[in-house]
Amino acid sequence: MSTITAAITGWVRDPQRKLAWRVAMGIASLGVLVLFVAIGWLFVAGVGVWGVGSPVSWGIAISSFVWWIGIGHAGTLISAILLLCRQRWRNPINRFAEAMTLVAIVCAAMYPLLHLGRPEYFYWLIPYPSTYAYWPQFRSPLVWDMFAIGTYGVVSLAFWYLGLIPDLATMRDRATGRRARVWALLALGWRGSATQWFHHRQAYNLLAGLATALVVSVHSVVSFDFAVTLLPGWHSTVFPVYFVAGALYSGMTMLLILLIPLRAWFGLHDFVRPRHIELCARLVLVAGLFTAYGYFAEQLFGWYAGDLSSVALVRSHSFGHSAPLYWTVIALNVGLLQLLWVARVRRNTWALFSIAVGINVGMWLERYLIVIDSLERGFLPSGWGEYTATIWDWATLLGSFGLFAAFMLLFIRFVPMISMTEMRELLVEDDGDAG
Amino acid sequence: MGSTFALAGGVAQLFPASVNFRVRASLWTLAIGAVVLSIVAVASSRSDWSTGQGRATAQPVQFSHAHHVGGVGIDCRYCHRSVDTEAFAGMPSTQTCMHCHSQLWTEAAMLAPVRQSWANGRPLRWRRVHDLPDFAYFDHGAHVQAEVACSTCHGEVERMALTVQAAPLTMRWCVDCHADLPARYGLPAQLSCSTCHR
Repeated sequence: MSTITAAITGWVRDPQRKLAWRVAMGIASLGVLVLFVAIGWLFVAGVGVWGVGSPVSWGIAISSFVWWIGIGHAGTLISAILLLCRQRWRNPINRFAEAMTLVAIVCAAMYPLLHLGRPEYFYWLIPYPSTYAYWPQFRSPLVWDMFAIGTYGVVSLAFWYLGLIPDLATMRDRATGRRARVWALLALGWRGSATQWFHHRQAYNLLAGLATALVVSVHSVVSFDFAVTLLPGWHSTVFPVYFVAGALYSGMTMLLILLIPLRAWFGLHDFVRPRHIELCARLVLVAGLFTAYGYFAEQLFGWYAGDLSSVALVRSHSFGHSAPLYWTVIALNVGLLQLLWVARVRRNTWALFSIAVGINVGMWLERYLIVIDSLERGFLPSGWGEYTATIWDWATLLGSFGLFAAFMLLFIRFVPMISMTEMRELLVEDDGDAG
Repeated sequence: MGSTFALAGGVAQLFPASVNFRVRASLWTLAIGAVVLSIVAVASSRSDWSTGQGRATAQPVQFSHAHHVGGVGIDCRYCHRSVDTEAFAGMPSTQTCMHCHSQLWTEAAMLAPVRQSWANGRPLRWRRVHDLPDFAYFDHGAHVQAEVACSTCHGEVERMALTVQAAPLTMRWCVDCHADLPARYGLPAQLSCSTCHR
């Protein structure tokens, strides 16, 4: 058991890994700097520095928002749904996936706030007793967004922290002096008594139940931003399902993108077994097939409804205006995915990593296609226009990657990245089985 | 239960027993503080301190509505000439003051700025007492034509030695009346956003 603890927390003392961490943190900090400059200039000059205007009032800021929120969903799926289904293979990866969720929510939530134009008035979205005699527009999906993402953030944080408490106590018991006192405060007086474990389990399962609903609800609400709007390609009932599937799809691939290098880098092969990676790959396959069904449904609805603008959109995707982008998305998200039917590919980490990168790029492009294409080609041809992202759009996106990387690096440096408690439990239970 | 944190260290005691109380007290302080802070914020946003209701604004000449309106009985429109026709009610020019004050109180110290303005041709800089934000469109003419009395918004001006802001001028104050137009003035309610935010 002490080997588990040492293996998970001990890497910090390895000078080579420490150096690598510092280099990685340096690069991530540069990204954060780019983000600060981009946001600073946005505040000085206004949202016009982004390529948005009329008719494309939502640029890559919104497509990146949708993408980032989706990234978070894999964490919630693994930590909540798989917990309730008693899938114990989740244990080595759930802490990590939950951290990914939290950071992705931060990266995502940033975009709509910046997009407000006057971000200092974000609280107008919150129903508070104001002096205006008006409530926020409850029929607006932007208000729903605020509630959905707010709830998601709070529940994810609570879930993550609750799971962390026993590990924080372990850190406390192994540290000395001032550090021990900091860990002790964070561990909230955890002693590991039977009563505490009993309450902990109850709370953890309760939160898992809450979070399960969120896996489905959050991205459904995000999809309403589009689905309740009258634009060709947006006003569709398939959107909630399509968005949730896409969210899990990009989230699972992002998990693989992070997990595979970290596993190699920190020598976590004993914890994250090939079996775990393969099961993740299978989940990618499932989510990907659901997403592919979404693409199929879009084509089908266009054809079956026969509505002029729907047909025009399907044509534009298939042969016209946005065909290059559309077929890239299909090739990456549907074509590449088919390789995962092969067991050898699922077990080859290099292949899996490359596929995951390809699919995640494809998912970002898909969000871009959904947001930009419908706005460029609305119902009235007189209102058509083109969108080009500016350097500040790209700087904000690049910066959000920096922010994500920086937070994840801080996480693996200061927090046990694999749940030591759950690993010990597994050990005990497996011994029990063997006996 | 009483010594949760004290026992936390296992063998060695990391904290004295008093930490239990201090941690709990800090958490409660945070929670209660957040509630108190929100109550203060909500209450102060409605207070005169925030809205400026009842506040007098310093003017270049200490003009008394109590004397001119209450005492002498001059009509509002003598000085605020465009109040029933235009968005802006209009502020009196120096010439308007001098209609009377070229004959009356010609040596009064209080009126020195008026005579100075008359002599050098630079208008008096009256300061707005009821100052709406620039994003709210307000038309005096429309309100007067609809038979809204001046005093409905400006209060009993004829009793004000110093002109004070009579209404809170919050959006709620505007909207309360705009929603009640059928009952008060027999007019349809005016609640579209673009009635005021154009």
